[in-house]
Amino acid sequence: MLEVRGITKRFGGLTAVNGAGLTVPEGRIVSLIGPNGAGKTTLFATIAGFLKPDGGSVMFKGSDITALAPHAICRRGLVRTFQVVQPFANLTVRENIAVGAHARLASRRQALDRAAEVAERVGMMRQIDQPAADLTVAGRKRLELARALATGPSLLLLDEVMAGLNATEVEDIVRVVRGIRESGVTILLIEHVMQAVMSLSDHTYVLNNGAIIADGPPRAMAEDPRVIEAYLGHGASERLAAGGKRA
Amino acid sequence: MRAGQRTAVALGALAAMLAMPLVVTSGFWMDFLILTLFVGVLGQGWNILGGYGGQLSFGHAVFFGTGAYVQAILQTQYGWNPWLAITPAVLAGVLVGAFIGYLSFRYGLRGSYFALITLAFAEAFRVLATSIEITEGGQGIYLRLNRDPDQAITMLQFASGVGYYYMILALTVVALLVAWWIEHSRFGAQLMAVRENEDAAEALGIDAFAVKMRAICISAALTASAGVFYVQKFLLMDPFIAFGPGKSVEALVAPIIGGMGTIFGPLLGSIVLHGVGELTKALTAAAGIDHPGLDLVIYGILLVLMLAFLPSGLMGLLRRRARPARSAEHA
Repeated sequence: MLEVRGITKRFGGLTAVNGAGLTVPEGRIVSLIGPNGAGKTTLFATIAGFLKPDGGSVMFKGSDITALAPHAICRRGLVRTFQVVQPFANLTVRENIAVGAHARLASRRQALDRAAEVAERVGMMRQIDQPAADLTVAGRKRLELARALATGPSLLLLDEVMAGLNATEVEDIVRVVRGIRESGVTILLIEHVMQAVMSLSDHTYVLNNGAIIADGPPRAMAEDPRVIEAYLGHGASERLAAGGKRA
Repeated sequence: MRAGQRTAVALGALAAMLAMPLVVTSGFWMDFLILTLFVGVLGQGWNILGGYGGQLSFGHAVFFGTGAYVQAILQTQYGWNPWLAITPAVLAGVLVGAFIGYLSFRYGLRGSYFALITLAFAEAFRVLATSIEITEGGQGIYLRLNRDPDQAITMLQFASGVGYYYMILALTVVALLVAWWIEHSRFGAQLMAVRENEDAAEALGIDAFAVKMRAICISAALTASAGVFYVQKFLLMDPFIAFGPGKSVEALVAPIIGGMGTIFGPLLGSIVLHGVGELTKALTAAAGIDHPGLDLVIYGILLVLMLAFLPSGLMGLLRRRARPARSAEHA
């Protein structure tokens, strides 16, 4: 469904993403992990049209969307959420979600009704008439997800929707995300919460210094020496292995 | 309040406004009403772009003046009937709005940069109007007085305030309906989303540029129609009235005091503004201090106080009172 080939993005002298590519097959949950500053969010922003890449292409449902504006990409069915949540603070939860629903629905009535349905799905019925500014971190993350979902996407890019949540809240969101996949939406997610990555994703890509260094099933990735070194530093996997033997 | 109740209240208010000339007979109070409604319309024009769209303009006079000048010029130079002039006058305002909007929004100018661009355009238009022939330069344009009661409707000139009162009341209703539509339509939802967070709006499929362009055109149309009214009422137009800071300031102060991004904010703000203005004039006259422009000083102080203590305006104050009731309704 999504094919990203050789994306390169530079900011002045800094190459944030360097020839990164990945494939997301329809109906799957694919995750993108990597240490802080690896370029995950930059790659996401480039896929969704917020940044123009210096090289490479993004194919979505068989057509090239590399040069399109974010709103045009959204209308084709690819929508992203933001790691730093961006609620419409002065609007209520219902109105926030309805903005997403308007991507497909012209009628205000229908959009507000769809907003209530989506709120129900992500478990926000209780807060539906609160201003978004009054939500907790967990609530804002949920709202971010709900708004994106309301646009009726076929591919959802989730950028750390679980960061900053406690264990129970993470479990809740994992359940919600799984439900979204079951309803036929393909998902690509950036996540640091490994518990969620393990239980949700079918396939994992590891990004380090702007390049994909490994990909495979999530369990294999967690044990891959290249991945461990990327997170913990050079020689870490050997030391871990040695430590494991001693114990 | 339920929707039915709300409609009833709105219709009641409209009936009261229609009957107003039966009660208000003094010329002074009639003029007070007319000017209050006029600034309400002017402010609503600003409110569409500034209040709902978050694009704060310091130069809305550019639309007011364009509408006013076209309305005046078509009559004096080309002998058009005032009714026929209205459409080109409003369209000219829209055209100027589209031009300024395209320049600003294409290049992503926001916040104070947009404010400065609009201010610069208003000033440039003022200088232009002073120096070119068709606007008759600095001396301004005077329309021919025609107080023939039989031609009042066809010439859009009325011997008493009542005719102008109904004219501006009609415009007020149009302005309120536009604001109501904004609050109940997809376009309005998208406009407010752009105001709140442009990136998030784009991510949700909103073409922020297109939405802002539509907003500035609607805003300019309403503001230009206020210009049309002004010309018909005062039968003159000069560069300072048209494009000077006065109208730009009134257009933004009324909605800020009343409540930005609300249907009745601009009107409420205008009522307070004019009430305070008249009060100031009366008090200073009684005290023997005669300084024209003192009311403007008061406006400035009011504006600062509002922004410091009540950024959501008087409507925000009313709404805060009403909120507990509102959440109970949904529970």
